[in-house]
Amino acid sequence: MTIYFLCFILFCIGLYGILRKRNLVKIIIGFSILGYAMNLFMVLLGYRFQGRAPIDSNAQDILNMVDPIPQGLVLTSIVIGLGITALLISVAIRIYEKYGTFDITKIKRLKG
Amino acid sequence: MKDDSKIGMSLIVKTITRLIVGPILIFGAYIMLRGHLSPGGGFAGGVIIALSFVLLILAFGRDAKVSKVSINLASNLESIGALMFLCVALLGFLGGSFFLNILNKGVPFKLFSAGTIPLSNLSIGLKVGVGLFAIFLALVILEGTKKNK
Amino acid sequence: MELYILLIFMIFAALVAIEVKDLLSSVIAMGAVGFSLCLAFLILKAPDLAITQLVVEILCLIILIRATTRKDIPLVVEGRWVFNTVSTAVFMAVFLFFAFHALKELPFFGQPLMSVVKKYLEEGMSKTGAVNLVAAVILDFRAYDTLGEVAVLFTSVVGIMAVLRRPGRNNLKEKNHER
Repeated sequence: MTIYFLCFILFCIGLYGILRKRNLVKIIIGFSILGYAMNLFMVLLGYRFQGRAPIDSNAQDILNMVDPIPQGLVLTSIVIGLGITALLISVAIRIYEKYGTFDITKIKRLKG
Repeated sequence: MKDDSKIGMSLIVKTITRLIVGPILIFGAYIMLRGHLSPGGGFAGGVIIALSFVLLILAFGRDAKVSKVSINLASNLESIGALMFLCVALLGFLGGSFFLNILNKGVPFKLFSAGTIPLSNLSIGLKVGVGLFAIFLALVILEGTKKNK
Repeated sequence: MELYILLIFMIFAALVAIEVKDLLSSVIAMGAVGFSLCLAFLILKAPDLAITQLVVEILCLIILIRATTRKDIPLVVEGRWVFNTVSTAVFMAVFLFFAFHALKELPFFGQPLMSVVKKYLEEGMSKTGAVNLVAAVILDFRAYDTLGEVAVLFTSVVGIMAVLRRPGRNNLKEKNHER
């Protein structure tokens, strides 16, 4: 139970980075950390004590495996996270080219 | 290519890269094709294949032969991967429903088994690898055009 | 026990990644979080995820470092607004409060509800022929998820192309011709 709470604290650190920081790269890093916390939480939900990896073999009995469904969901989620990060970085590069800064408040000032 | 030694990294890095790119590519294909027998699968294999091309561009500079491959070819190949996956899905209609595994299951623990799963792994690996490589190529070429101005 | 140590290390590395001034150090600290997440997947008996997380993290670091370095970044001065900090803290406190109450309804760590999965585990090998059950789940039983993932990744690539292409096709062709 404590480990779920540590995972939520990691989530909160990512949230803090998104809400509080003014540098665009720091905001992207906050998004990545938030995604890591989500993935870790889903895999933690499927863990089972004395379980083994969900790959069949000839020798062992079949019923003592960890849950493969969260692993499948997270497997797609990791690659989607890379796509999200790349998209955010390309938008950030465009903003840097246009305004010459990564600071979001200066961008707001230049817009008006 | 007179100034070949000027662009990119040093000679040692280039030689090691030339030696090591082939094994990385083969390892990516191995992980991709044995996805139904051992850990790995289309996603990891595709990213490893993309990483081998990324290594080439990083070592030889952005004017290497690989980056002459235009972005259009990369995104065309990516669309082909997506369409292949959709075709594997539509193949299930021959047996009755979407995503039905209609091919022969074969014997477990053999390479040619598990019906349509190796085909799906192949198409997903193609799609993920070429797509991520196209993303990296777009970022690199953007930087190149900005420096020309 | 190893999981607790890894999670505490991840929390500290995440704090460093958010708080440090230099952007390159910040990106590298984010890499530390990602690689320890890979180790945590190995401990949690998920080797597929460990491999995928490792290679994806390497590619992500390469893209981030190429994007952030080589640019003379002006020093971003962090404004210390009291209102902003207080509202963020209140938001996080509310989130943690409700999360703590929701945790009581979840199954305990290490004893998951296996009601759906039991069928997959028993019939997976005979129905699909795949030995790796994760591949059987994502490509056969729940292949709609993977189809959605393919669509999302395609959209992402198209979006990056649309955002980054400013020179236009004719202009780019001329530039290629010049080389």
